[in-house]
Amino acid sequence: MRGIRKEFPGVVANDDVSLDVRRGEVHALLGENGAGKSTLMNILYGLYRPDAGEILLNGKRVVFSSASDAIEAGIGMVHQHFMLIPVMTVAENVVLGTEPVKDGVLLDEGAAERRVADMAKTFKFAVEPGALVEDIGVGQQQRVEIMKALYRNADILILDEPTAVLTPQEASDLFEVLRTLRREGISIVFISHKLKEVLEIADRITVLRRGKTIETVPREGATEESLARAMVGREVLLRVEKKPAEVGDVLLEVEDLWASDDRGIQKVRGVSFQVRAGEIVGIAGVDGNGQTELIEALTGLRRADSGVIRVGGHELQHPTTRDSLDAGLGHIPEDRQRHGLVLEFSIAENVALHDYATTPDSKLGWLFPKRLVERAKGLIKEFDVRGGGPLTPAGALSGGNQQKLVAAREISRDPTALIAAQPTRGLDVGAIEYLHRRLVAERDEGRAILLVSLELDEIFSLSDRILVIYEGEIVGEHTGEVSEEQIGFEMLGVQKKVPA
Amino acid sequence: MTEPKKDLVQSPEEAASSGTLAARLSLSQRAGGVAVPLATVILAFLIGGLVVLATGHNPLLAYRDIFNGAGLNWIFHPTTNTAIDGGVPAQAAFNLTQTLLQTSTLILTGLAVAFAFRCGMFNIGGQGQYFIGLVVANWIGISLAGLNSFPHILLAIAAATLAGAVWAGIAGVLKATTGAHEVISTIMLNWIAYYLASWLFGVGGPLHNTDPTQATSPVSNPILESAKLPVIWGSTTLQGLSAGFLIAIAALVVYWALINRTTLGYEVRAVGFNPDAAAYGGINVKKNIIRAMAISGAFAGLAGGIDMLGYLFKYGQLDVQVSQVGFIGIAVALLGRNTALGVFLGAFIFGGLLYGTTQGLTSNVIQPELSQQLTYIIQGLVVLFIGADILILYVWNSRKRLRPRGAARTPAKAVY
Repeated sequence: MRGIRKEFPGVVANDDVSLDVRRGEVHALLGENGAGKSTLMNILYGLYRPDAGEILLNGKRVVFSSASDAIEAGIGMVHQHFMLIPVMTVAENVVLGTEPVKDGVLLDEGAAERRVADMAKTFKFAVEPGALVEDIGVGQQQRVEIMKALYRNADILILDEPTAVLTPQEASDLFEVLRTLRREGISIVFISHKLKEVLEIADRITVLRRGKTIETVPREGATEESLARAMVGREVLLRVEKKPAEVGDVLLEVEDLWASDDRGIQKVRGVSFQVRAGEIVGIAGVDGNGQTELIEALTGLRRADSGVIRVGGHELQHPTTRDSLDAGLGHIPEDRQRHGLVLEFSIAENVALHDYATTPDSKLGWLFPKRLVERAKGLIKEFDVRGGGPLTPAGALSGGNQQKLVAAREISRDPTALIAAQPTRGLDVGAIEYLHRRLVAERDEGRAILLVSLELDEIFSLSDRILVIYEGEIVGEHTGEVSEEQIGFEMLGVQKKVPA
Repeated sequence: MTEPKKDLVQSPEEAASSGTLAARLSLSQRAGGVAVPLATVILAFLIGGLVVLATGHNPLLAYRDIFNGAGLNWIFHPTTNTAIDGGVPAQAAFNLTQTLLQTSTLILTGLAVAFAFRCGMFNIGGQGQYFIGLVVANWIGISLAGLNSFPHILLAIAAATLAGAVWAGIAGVLKATTGAHEVISTIMLNWIAYYLASWLFGVGGPLHNTDPTQATSPVSNPILESAKLPVIWGSTTLQGLSAGFLIAIAALVVYWALINRTTLGYEVRAVGFNPDAAAYGGINVKKNIIRAMAISGAFAGLAGGIDMLGYLFKYGQLDVQVSQVGFIGIAVALLGRNTALGVFLGAFIFGGLLYGTTQGLTSNVIQPELSQQLTYIIQGLVVLFIGADILILYVWNSRKRLRPRGAARTPAKAVY
């Protein structure tokens, strides 16, 4: 692709971007959210037409006016959100649109399954052709998407942030598959904003920033720091700089909290801990060990079975969300789109999500939209939320800016204690750095911060104290130096201590 | 603290393909703007015209007669005289008052549906809530002889409104406490209201008339003079336009303010868009479900109130059987996109159709038995097309695909 330019109203998404992909290489396309990666790939896949520039395939100039032209030319794309039909089998999904036919009209089920099985064997895919797509895991579904592309004789495969939906284990399986494909001579364009995985799988790396090609480098010699710098355009601190915690009074205290999930299974079993002013306490654990239920019980989204929560001077038992808000508990929820924001609401309306019923937002039930807008303006500026003004719907913002908006709202309420659940999930380096620095700054302001994260890196770089949760119990507490290995063991329940 | 992160705005296509279904729907609604409801109406009228054509008549003539029948030709001969023998201008003025009477009812039944929609619920029970409003308004209207007009009207209207609220509130309580879907429970409540009203107004029923000459006819007593709403246009003897029209217009303003300018409306919208986020924000979701259903029912109950006090005065079993205004309210709300202005326009279109098809359509223009059905055909088509407005939008957008700024809607099609 040479000199590609693509404008959307008011925005240049791609500006003179060039990309060359060689046969049988994994080429990573690295950039922050909104850097123009997806636009570039949608152009390659025929979904957009470039305003300028050209696409050369095996040295010949090609023009794609639709995705089918691109498929015809041997380009396949696996989107972040799968496009599979859940009630059909793997084989049926793979051949969909180009089904083998018998007797002129009937789908040749046997032939379809045979071909898919052959393909699975060639590329060493562990996929059962006869299984229903709805019954197989996400990693396998992704494999089906890849097979769909290969079935249509793709020799260039575009993967749009393929690991975003995968667990670490599934991701390493995927990389195995990609290595096999590379050996078979298939070229892979791997879109990502995660530095580690790019360094693990890519042969060459092209970095995009603000719609421009910054550089194309071989993996050899590239480091996380050098790539981050190219992506963001300046030095990025991958480790958070912070001074030692100056700890004050206990502001958040949980005493013997028990809570169950929706099916009535006990997920939080007698958890007690304290968070003091000016410290960040990190809760480490493997997903599903009661973190979600713990947070929900603390914030009133779930009714705890028993236990006491103290925030500042307030004692809460079975709080409603309103109770916990009034007690001074802030909450950056783990799923910002489900809980943190009403995506259809404007930024201004989202800013008011907790306080719409109190002055100055409203008086005696009468809302003052202009005041919401004024407040939103201030927060947009202070928290550097980009991509829209106070009246822009929150759903139109990128993930990082949505999260900044949530953080802005929670922090601006001046909470006594702040719960940050997976605060940087799915965000790119720039946004992660911002949020981390902000959390540390809030700590230094004297707030008590409870960080719950599945990312050990995050726990380690932010926390002053680390608690490990396993099967609903706190099984470890560490203040000083501790190895990731030790925490990892505890997270898996290997060195389970008997709770005192 | 500068942070050179994403400063590129997502294109609508990207936003559309990344969001939830609800997000995509609301986005497409915004993107469609006025064009889609307009296209919907035009398409519905076109197909309605084909039906007329199929009967061997000229659709243009039919629509002209409906236009005149609805009194819309009044704009060419404006007069306030509604005496029918006063020639074309007076006839037009009279027809317009009748259209506006229908419009008033439909504004309120439309708001009933729209308000619940804003809270993420589908109130199909407008018809039943309307019946309950009629019943209560009739009951208060025939009672309390000797009361002054103003308190009598106020009491009857308030009681009808409250009764509608309670009736719909039942569905709200059921949903909030047991999770019973409001579509099912409001339909059930419709039938209960239907038979309740039939029994009350029927022979031997508690609200059956006491006129010896009417003993066998299943109709109620007419309400007392003191309970009748004043007529603001036309004659009291010729079923003039009552002050109920002003009440309906006021209800539109109340609706707009309630939704957009109050904390109650904020809660309703938050719950409607995303109940999880609303709960996280500190909003009591169950309370809002009950309250929104009750307010929704209040609008429909009010519709029954102004109809009873405004021009019906009495009601009978046969009226119960043919009334459709609650259901047309659904089409009004859908067409009006749950906005105050949209509901007004939708109500006016359907009010005009309802009355226009009863007037002036002679058998050389359309079969008489088809004339009233044309309204229902168009209503049905509107509901169908609104349901398919994503499709209309798709066609609308694919027009753009011919230009370089292509639409990336192709993948969205296959998303499951």
